[in-house]
Amino acid sequence: MDMNILSVVIFYFFAALTIVSAGIVVFARSLIYSAFGLLFTFFGVAGLYVYLGADFLAATQMMIYVGGILILLLFGVMLTHKLYDLNLKSETFQFIPALLIALSVFVTLAGVAIRTTWHNHAQRLPNPTTAEIGQLFMRDYILPFEVASVLLLVALIGAAMLVRRKPQ
Amino acid sequence: MIGLGHYLVVSMALFSLGIMGVLTRKNAVNVLMGIELILNSANINLVAFSRFSSGNLNGQIFAIFVIVIAAAEAAVALAIVLSMYRLIKTVNLDQADKLKG
Repeated sequence: MDMNILSVVIFYFFAALTIVSAGIVVFARSLIYSAFGLLFTFFGVAGLYVYLGADFLAATQMMIYVGGILILLLFGVMLTHKLYDLNLKSETFQFIPALLIALSVFVTLAGVAIRTTWHNHAQRLPNPTTAEIGQLFMRDYILPFEVASVLLLVALIGAAMLVRRKPQ
Repeated sequence: MIGLGHYLVVSMALFSLGIMGVLTRKNAVNVLMGIELILNSANINLVAFSRFSSGNLNGQIFAIFVIVIAAAEAAVALAIVLSMYRLIKTVNLDQADKLKG
């Protein structure tokens, strides 16, 4: 009983961390605040993955999102502003229509999600999941795995080509 | 007890916030942050269904593919944003109107 309450509290903590910091990402005036909000959103989502028993995915989330994508976005912020421009404001526009659209999307989707009786097996997943994920990648998903790796290579070479300065 | 519906509602909230960010922000990097929120919400959905509904790991495999695509997308999008900054000296999307007749 006690453990149950504790696990519910932990779930709500991670859910609130995720949503509040996502709100900071969307509504903060400063780009740096948005970036740090994104950091805590990724932490919160990783916590939810741990809670769902996806340990490998939580570690991947921390390494790729926090260690890679967030750093890349911060470089994007820094390289596209003058360095002495410390406030880095980000303006917003069409606020009211966007709020209406986002709210109606949320109400529709959440209504569907709550009203539907999902087919619920609640089987236990293998724990830890890493070995099983590796088996699946090498057995059932070998073709998508290779395609994804080639795609990543092509995308990174393309990105490097795009930002290269033309020789004069 | 925490069920599938709780995760779905968290994911929907994240998705709506991401849409909000994509629609309202002028700064291109900030729009990319909104797209990352949307991809994360899709991932929560996949992992939650994998845990509660299917009982196997296929959902987590798909989530890993989504993370790979997100990494590729972030790299290419930032390259485009940097090129745009070189070309028109701003990253505000409302000023990127060179194609307007």
